[in-house]
Amino acid sequence: MLLERLSGHLRAYYKNKLARIGRGATEAEDLVQEAVLAIHIKRHTYDPAEPLTPWVHAVARYKLIDLLRRTRASFADVPIDQADEITASDDNVSAESSFDVRRLLQRLPEKVQCAIEAVKIDGLSVAEAAKRCGISESGVKVNIHRGLKTLAALIAQRTTT
Amino acid sequence: MKTDELVAALSASVEPVSRRLVSRSVGIALAIGAALAIGAISVGLGVRADLTTLRAVLFLLLKLAFAFVIIGVAAAYLVRLARPGGERTISAGLAAIPFVAIMVLAAITLGQAPNSHWDRMVMGDEWLECLLSIPIIAIVPFAVIIFAVRRAAPTSLVRAGAFSGLLAGGVSALAYALHCTDDSLPFVALWYGGTIVLCTLAGAAFGPRLLRW
Repeated sequence: MLLERLSGHLRAYYKNKLARIGRGATEAEDLVQEAVLAIHIKRHTYDPAEPLTPWVHAVARYKLIDLLRRTRASFADVPIDQADEITASDDNVSAESSFDVRRLLQRLPEKVQCAIEAVKIDGLSVAEAAKRCGISESGVKVNIHRGLKTLAALIAQRTTT
Repeated sequence: MKTDELVAALSASVEPVSRRLVSRSVGIALAIGAALAIGAISVGLGVRADLTTLRAVLFLLLKLAFAFVIIGVAAAYLVRLARPGGERTISAGLAAIPFVAIMVLAAITLGQAPNSHWDRMVMGDEWLECLLSIPIIAIVPFAVIIFAVRRAAPTSLVRAGAFSGLLAGGVSALAYALHCTDDSLPFVALWYGGTIVLCTLAGAAFGPRLLRW
């Protein structure tokens, strides 16, 4: 049967294309089904005087591009072992922006500054931060909460001016 | 659903289809669009009543010929673009030839006329009516043509949209020519050519959204 043989070729084609951009085999199978369905529904657009392969390839390619356009920004179905690659962030940028935050932090009260620095930037636990800054654990929490609010206001101010 | 099951289900009921279906549906859409556009012109604006002089008849024929050439090229290309992979079998630049030809003719006419006549030759009496009528009248034929192309399978949606717009613009110009009394080549080149190009650009812009399958 033609469709059966084509679906084998289509599966190979889509798996190959999608693997290159880090998409999974489930999406490839969805595309195979879409393409098989399209080939069936749109069979009247095939001119028997022309070779079959370019026609099938054009349909397959269209469906691939259509999927990529549809899901341009969403990587919802990424297999877990490929997630690292996609969620990897630019370290350089975060380093730069933390300098900026440190400068803003200097405008906050010392206790607040210490609490935020210890927990949010250096990654200590609340208990460790309390020891370092010499305040109680609930004091650290309150200070972080207030401090972040003030920081947000400061950043908003800077971006609007 | 497993792919095997889908394949089996689809293969169980395959009725033969006509291979002429694509060109037939584009042709039918073209005929319906032209009939509607000509109807709109006859009812809305009225066919020109001054076809008593040879000059008027000649210019009417010239405008119709310009529109027919565009319709012919656009329809031939659109039938190809409506099939998967069709964009590789056409050279879209050829569609510009009628526009270039009429611009050259217009430039020659302008060159032979004194400067003082240029303004009147280019702007005519009804340039604004022409500018508005052709794109507006093109809307309905465009919709009918898009409907036909959607039933096929274009794989280059921008180009298929552009040629649908070109075809609709040509049909609209054909109908408007029956009403228009501005008889000068520069007028036809600028306002007919310009509005048809406008329809083409609009078609290219709407193509990807309207033609997806």
